[in-house]
Amino acid sequence: MSVLARQIGVLARRAMRKTLRQPFQLFPIVFFPLILLAVNASGLKAATLLRGFPTHSYISFAIAVAFIQGGMFSLINTGTNLAEDIESGFFNRLALTPLRRVSLISGLLVGVAALGALQSAVYVLMGVVAGAHLDAGIGGALVILALGSLTAVGFGALGCAAALRTGSGEAVQGLFPLFFVFIFLSSSNLPRNLLKTGWFHTVANANPISYLIEGFRSLYIYGWDGTALWRGFAVAVGLTLVALLGVAGALRTRLQRT
Amino acid sequence: MSTPATADATPPASSPARGSTHGGMWRVARTIAWRSLHTYVRRPDLFVPSLVFPLVFLASFAGGLSALGDVPGFHFPAGYTAFQFVFVLCQSAMFGGLFTGFTLAFDFESGFARRLMLAAEDRRGIALGYALVALTRSAITLSVVSAVALATGMRMTGDGVDIFGLYGLAALLTLVGYGWAAGVAFRFRSIQAGPLMQTPVFLLLFLAPVYVPLGLLKGWIHGVASINPATAFLDAGRGLISGVHDQTGLAFICAAALIFLFGIWMLTGLRSAENAP
Repeated sequence: MSVLARQIGVLARRAMRKTLRQPFQLFPIVFFPLILLAVNASGLKAATLLRGFPTHSYISFAIAVAFIQGGMFSLINTGTNLAEDIESGFFNRLALTPLRRVSLISGLLVGVAALGALQSAVYVLMGVVAGAHLDAGIGGALVILALGSLTAVGFGALGCAAALRTGSGEAVQGLFPLFFVFIFLSSSNLPRNLLKTGWFHTVANANPISYLIEGFRSLYIYGWDGTALWRGFAVAVGLTLVALLGVAGALRTRLQRT
Repeated sequence: MSTPATADATPPASSPARGSTHGGMWRVARTIAWRSLHTYVRRPDLFVPSLVFPLVFLASFAGGLSALGDVPGFHFPAGYTAFQFVFVLCQSAMFGGLFTGFTLAFDFESGFARRLMLAAEDRRGIALGYALVALTRSAITLSVVSAVALATGMRMTGDGVDIFGLYGLAALLTLVGYGWAAGVAFRFRSIQAGPLMQTPVFLLLFLAPVYVPLGLLKGWIHGVASINPATAFLDAGRGLISGVHDQTGLAFICAAALIFLFGIWMLTGLRSAENAP
């Protein structure tokens, strides 16, 4: 194994353990999206009576949002953990070791990718238990794990950029509601063709989160919908690239400052 | 540290210190209210989110879910925006109280509230002062949310008395939220207890008929919503805004009962804070 791979592996394992050992970080990842799913799926079941609604099972429609919420918790947890390392001086000590710069963040993000796949698996299983129908079958579940993992990396990288830029866990936590607004102003509760309020329809059309949600949702409702899938992956990849650019810039500034 | 001296030398909340009167309690309350409101309006990090979030909820629910107004069996004379506005109004009112509980917890964490307990001639004034803060914060938020809702075309088909009743109910809900949160804040004296303040209120509100009327809810949520007091608040609020009254008396009775219960919870919490080491 190359030195770089070993360095990334060690830091990825540390990042995963750090999250898995903290119930305060695990609880929101697992339960918050599921509680919201339970409440919304029951409260909005009547929406399936609307003409043009794509399925009779609201839970199959709504479960896609859980994957995005899970991704947003990755943002908070990754950013907070990194900010803690910065605040405690651990990050500076790491930077003084022969560790390569790229492995400082890559290790963290590999850990986030693994956790992203894990949390997506939990949502898939809980969805099945709650009665969601995965039209794309086992293959679809694997695609969901891949997209969930990539989404978690994208959001996690955004958290890293924020942590490197601010060096404050509190500031990272403050980002959470901001990103929740993107979920609210998307096609999270109704399909875009049923968004009747003009301005809301426009905002949801322009909101990339709508396409990310629809990527997950398509596997549950339509089976294999190429258009929805490529759009979902494009948003996840785009988010990751933009976030990584932010990380690179913030890391350079942080290490110069150090 | 001042805390042990506080616990030993000063009487409990139920017996005002140094022979003070109700006037003393109000003096303390007014001072706290002035200080906290001054801080609130001068700090954008507190002020802006408290206004932005209700507006986002209103935009998201009233705008994004307006098609639900076409669901068979959904009839609401004032329209779907007004239907959702009542939920946002109730939520903002209760969260106005909760956020004041956060302020109280933060004041304990910073040591300010402990110094306040030493200085206050009647400590019940502390609880009362923060209640005034909660009511004023809610009034600011609800004014902005109402203005935005009306500016974007929301209809209120109830008469003046109904609308007065609607905002009266919102004021009571602010006190319900505050009573719960203040009781937690006095007991834990740390902002770490924030989720304990928020989560039950969040669940109470979302396990009610938020998106459609109770009659259109099916399954377990219908059963839960039927016995949830928040259902009475939402039904009453929607009745008042539309002028077609529903559960109004029950909602006011529930709110008054919760204020009474959480008032006891808060005052026993104050006693616990006094006795804390």
